[in-house]
Amino acid sequence: MGDRLDGLVPEMMLLALAVGVAVLGLSKARSIRRVVPLLTAGGLFVAAWLAWGGKDLPPESAGFLAPSLAASLRSMIAGVGGVLALVASGTVDRRFEHDVESGRMLFEPLRASRGEFYAFMLLSITGAMLVASASDLIWLFLALELTSLPTYVMVVMGRAGRRGAEASIKYFFLGAMATAMFLYGFALVYGGTGSMQLVDIAEIVASRRNLEGLDMVSTAGFLLALLGVGYKLAAAPLHLYAMDVYEGASASVTAFLGFVPKAAGTIAFMVLLQTAGGESLPAMVVTLIWMLAVLTMSLGNMAALQQTSAKRLFGGSSIAHSGYLLIGLLAGPGEGWAATTFYLLVYGLMNTGVFAVLTALERRGSEVEQVSDLGALRHHHPALGWSLVACSGSLMGFPPLLGFVAKVWLFLAAVQSGHIALVVIAAINSAAGAWYYLRMMGMPLLGAEPSEPVEAAPSPWPARAAIAIGVLLLVVPFFADDLMVQTREAAAAAVMVLGN
Amino acid sequence: MSPLLLIMIPLLSAIAVAFAPRGMAFRFATISTLITLVVSLIFASDFEHWYDDGFGLVTELQWLPSIGASFDMHADGPAMWLVLLSTVLMPICVIGSKTAIKERVREYYAWLLVLEAAMLGVFLAKNLLFFYVSFEFTLIPMYFLIAGWGGSNRASASIKFFLYTFTGSMLTLAGLAYVAWRFADASGGWSFDIPALTAFASADLSATEQFWVMMAMLAGFAVKVPLFPVHTWLPLAHTEAPTAGSVVLAGVLLKLGTYGLFRFVLPMTPEGVVQAVPAIGALATIGVVYGALICWVQEDVKKLVAYSSVSHLGFCVLGLFALNPSGLQGSILYMINHGLSTGALFLLIGMVYERYHTRDMNRLGGLVANMPIWSAFMIFFVLSSLAVPGLNGFVSEFLCLIGAFSATPDNAQWPGLLGPWYAVFAGTGMILAAMYLLYLTGRLVWGPFRAPPADKNSGLPTDLSSREIGLLLPLALMCVWLGVQPSGLMRTLEPSVERTLAAYPELVPAQVESVAVVEEVNGG
Repeated sequence: MGDRLDGLVPEMMLLALAVGVAVLGLSKARSIRRVVPLLTAGGLFVAAWLAWGGKDLPPESAGFLAPSLAASLRSMIAGVGGVLALVASGTVDRRFEHDVESGRMLFEPLRASRGEFYAFMLLSITGAMLVASASDLIWLFLALELTSLPTYVMVVMGRAGRRGAEASIKYFFLGAMATAMFLYGFALVYGGTGSMQLVDIAEIVASRRNLEGLDMVSTAGFLLALLGVGYKLAAAPLHLYAMDVYEGASASVTAFLGFVPKAAGTIAFMVLLQTAGGESLPAMVVTLIWMLAVLTMSLGNMAALQQTSAKRLFGGSSIAHSGYLLIGLLAGPGEGWAATTFYLLVYGLMNTGVFAVLTALERRGSEVEQVSDLGALRHHHPALGWSLVACSGSLMGFPPLLGFVAKVWLFLAAVQSGHIALVVIAAINSAAGAWYYLRMMGMPLLGAEPSEPVEAAPSPWPARAAIAIGVLLLVVPFFADDLMVQTREAAAAAVMVLGN
Repeated sequence: MSPLLLIMIPLLSAIAVAFAPRGMAFRFATISTLITLVVSLIFASDFEHWYDDGFGLVTELQWLPSIGASFDMHADGPAMWLVLLSTVLMPICVIGSKTAIKERVREYYAWLLVLEAAMLGVFLAKNLLFFYVSFEFTLIPMYFLIAGWGGSNRASASIKFFLYTFTGSMLTLAGLAYVAWRFADASGGWSFDIPALTAFASADLSATEQFWVMMAMLAGFAVKVPLFPVHTWLPLAHTEAPTAGSVVLAGVLLKLGTYGLFRFVLPMTPEGVVQAVPAIGALATIGVVYGALICWVQEDVKKLVAYSSVSHLGFCVLGLFALNPSGLQGSILYMINHGLSTGALFLLIGMVYERYHTRDMNRLGGLVANMPIWSAFMIFFVLSSLAVPGLNGFVSEFLCLIGAFSATPDNAQWPGLLGPWYAVFAGTGMILAAMYLLYLTGRLVWGPFRAPPADKNSGLPTDLSSREIGLLLPLALMCVWLGVQPSGLMRTLEPSVERTLAAYPELVPAQVESVAVVEEVNGG
């Protein structure tokens, strides 16, 4: 067990930080309370760096996924998580803090929720990172739950009032159902193979397939488990919650929901697919994911087409991108998962960037939500306007932005694995997506001024994060090769592990 | 000197223009496009491969080796001519916008310069992903030019333009990804090198694969050309775009489609092409006649010229798919000629529009009374556009038709799959062109003078200013030169054209035979 703990240093650090943050958030000194988001972000960046170092760990201290692949995934989650913490800074407890500052109210620890919010954020990110280290079904289940449970609370905390509560309840009940699904799937897999250990299950699956094919019970188990985990990805048919929840939650929490559970789901897919045969999956699993991918991207894009709410629009876009991620997952370990990992990172940045722009704006203290509110944005907030253009263009996959590079790689990997029809469908979907992304690119530059002007939110961090992401999306494509080579090497190791 | 300059000068000056003082934007943009023109002329005069089929200006620049992307560049004869066409038209566009564009000037010129960089990237790319990036990237500046400075219906025009082209080129990307994968499979690493992929695809892909790859590429290029029936974005985009936008759109952007057909479809997927020639030839011919008929009933002058592009580009495609040197040479020459003549027509219409703020033929007429110089230029470019012998249009249109006419299966040297019927039908397009263009001139230039009150604020003289004459004169001179002396240019096209066609003399008879066999089987 000592070996396993060696590989979990960043996660343990984040758990300790979660406790620390929860306490600091209750401090009487305002300056300490204010530092909480930055501390969270800083901790996450350190964790990202530590996790990256985990590439060279011996296999016995890693989970079922190859250490190098797990390390890049964990590092990516923590890194994007750090940006997400910055985006959320200044949003939680805002009114309360404002009242305390102006002396209208005395600070009361019972009413302060900032510390808890960031603690939950850290817990959820830790959960997502732990998914990558899973070695048995219980671990996988617990890690997925650790990712989800804090998010239900965060949805309520991020936004006072009815809408947050409604979104949270929806998210919770559907999430619970999805959990039941994949838990039942895990149970069936256990029933079919007689083991909880992923390594053993993988061996049994491989040996059975060589003889008489995988038994019905295990196959059904895998199918149910994948469907259930699909909820985390907002994959069809369990995608319907996404737009409602994304709209109901505050923009910074929506950014979080758009990435962390999705990353956890993607990694859980990798773990499950690796278990179910890696490069040579059972035909039914392939068919399932194929259909999930097609449905997810098509339904997501269709849902986004006619939205007037920017949050719902990007909610639909986020569903569509899950469809693209599924293509990469289906393309198999090696090139496919390398492209998926890279795509996940790029998607995380683009999506966070979009919601960071929304968080950085407000109108009379409340959130900016409508697409039309973003009209002529660049006249008043040039940097934010251009960031939104860069993020939308990148989500569209417009060359030469980073989203284009990620998408090309994903397409190449999928073609390589023989899924040509899927690539053609994805290409058509990208074109359909262009419709609404183009609207989001045109709005800040050419759109009509909104009836009431939008103002900058008080905290500078969301705007800074948005601008930094916009610049990254424009610049990184020209220097992305090292990153791509390393991702590819990391994923290639996954194939080798499978080979034994 | 690295050919990278040709892309970097406009790109960097775009940034400079965007942040320059407001009053300086026009001057900056003019100087920048003129420098690019001079640089391209220097490259052209130093170009060593005018008379052989080699590629010059070869430059290598790594981008993302792990997926085979690079910014490598090269150019052969046809590419160099199209580069020159772009660099010649750009200063004209910039200078032509001086009085027309009064709002957000810096941004406007910055987008024009970005557009120039992207267009030159298309013609110079040696890497397929670089080509694709540039090809796609022309959309963004054009979208903003139409949506930001266009006519009253600009919103829907710009969106339609963007979505049409983007959709087509996404499928192109999928097709190119397939070729790259097959190449990677055979050679062990991702590469998007155009010469390597072209050689590989034409030799090692099966006929079915080539057919589908060709269809994927056609999806992108046919929209851009535009080939009937995917031309419907064009009239709207042309009509709503600001004058300079229309000039670039007609002059260069449409050529990206025909250039794509020439550079990729013909040499990469010959076995696919021979299966599709009759169908594409039919669509091109329909485009010629249909476009011409629509021109005839237009009331909006600009729309008329826009539809005439549909008709003219039909000739261009017909020439390409004649699969013989005269057809291809005619087609490439047509690309250049159409850029000059139609570009000039859009400029002329823009000049009238700036003065009278209308493009309605019912409200304009007899302009020769007021604007004799304008009328002279108008008549000149109309004649050039309808291919009067002695001017540029004639040679290319004639060659395209001759190419199609002689492209019969029993042609000994260059068997083809078109034939006299295609040429005859397309030939009626020439007659129709004479009808609608002369009708246009008759309405606008002759007859009793009628025009809305002139705009007093435009600051323009009644007839053309010397700036405007300065824009049209070089174009007119080039039209005359290409009409009288086309052989020099034609000779520079020959080697590349023959390289492109190398596979066809054997493939075409085989295709004819296999069709005959299929028919026999079906008949029996």
